[in-house]
Amino acid sequence: MALHFELVTPARLVRSEDVHMVTVPGGEGDFGVLEGHAPVMSTIRDGALLVYKTEGAVPEEIQIQGGFAEVGENGLTVLAEQVEG
Amino acid sequence: MASLKELKGRINSVKSTQKITKAKQMVAAAKLRRAQAAAEAGRPYALRLGKVMASLAGKVSGEGAPKLLAGNGSGERHLLVVVNTDKGLCGGLNSNVVKEAKARARELIAAGKKVEFYLVGRKGRAPIRRDFPQSIGHQFDTSEVRTPGFVEAEAIAGELIDLFAQGKFDIAHLIYPVFKSALVQDPVTQQLIPVPAPEVADTSAAAVEYEPDEEEILAELLPRFIKTQLFTALLEREASEQGASMTAMDNATRNAGELIDKLTIQYNRSRQAAITTELIEIIAGAEAL
Repeated sequence: MALHFELVTPARLVRSEDVHMVTVPGGEGDFGVLEGHAPVMSTIRDGALLVYKTEGAVPEEIQIQGGFAEVGENGLTVLAEQVEG
Repeated sequence: MASLKELKGRINSVKSTQKITKAKQMVAAAKLRRAQAAAEAGRPYALRLGKVMASLAGKVSGEGAPKLLAGNGSGERHLLVVVNTDKGLCGGLNSNVVKEAKARARELIAAGKKVEFYLVGRKGRAPIRRDFPQSIGHQFDTSEVRTPGFVEAEAIAGELIDLFAQGKFDIAHLIYPVFKSALVQDPVTQQLIPVPAPEVADTSAAAVEYEPDEEEILAELLPRFIKTQLFTALLEREASEQGASMTAMDNATRNAGELIDKLTIQYNRSRQAAITTELIEIIAGAEAL
């Protein structure tokens, strides 16, 4: 089982896929989310979202600006105002 | 009976009108597809944000709730944010939105409230000013941007939140057309500020950790929620405008076609009548000799 990760901006649904781990630039510090993470809601500071497709893989960087990250039963949802790349 | 020359002139003028309406219809059809796709692409964000709002608002209510959620306690001064299009040639779309806005305004005035307008888009100005010349407070011009996007929504939301913070109004309503199909665009009214408390459908009372804490997140979330609503309204307006325009121009093109047919028949009849008269004259003249 992998972590279901969704990245959404007002303009479109940028990502919706299963990944291994995502590191989120939270408002109070970065945190990594793996599958089965406890429910969390956090603000985001502008920064890079690191997406690890598989364990030990080279992370993919996505620059995001402003928004929220929510970890719930159905995985991680990042609501960002702007996404680069 | 109009003269032949006049008829010919009229046929030509209707023909050129038909060319314009046909072109506009095709442009609208092409733009509609894009606008509709944009409106659909924006939906997941609004949906998820709404969900997050619902789960949070249920937790932070009562004393500590921010003003944008709880309101400032009075409901005297209302602000109607009316979203109209910038361009015409889209049938009854704008007049329907204006009608809805005026109905709301009359309702509120009848209930003894004060009403002010905040107009987005150019086509709502004149008709609303005619009925409520004193109540137009602010206008937001979207006519210079080709496709209004999140930046505009952000600017409008910022202005509205500032006005609210300054205590210029107590309750804001958002009136905009919702795109249902190319034939149907219904104007709807939504309460914008204070953000209406969503129905608490929070059954999963799983202990969610908040970082930093509920209030702070909510304080950041509310402006974003308002922005998103305005953004949705702009997208819906865009799709509605193109849809209405396509339908209206389709009708106009067909009407022009019918008119051309009618005028052509009339033109041919009078031409024949003229020939017949001429012949009769010649024959009569020959017989008299």
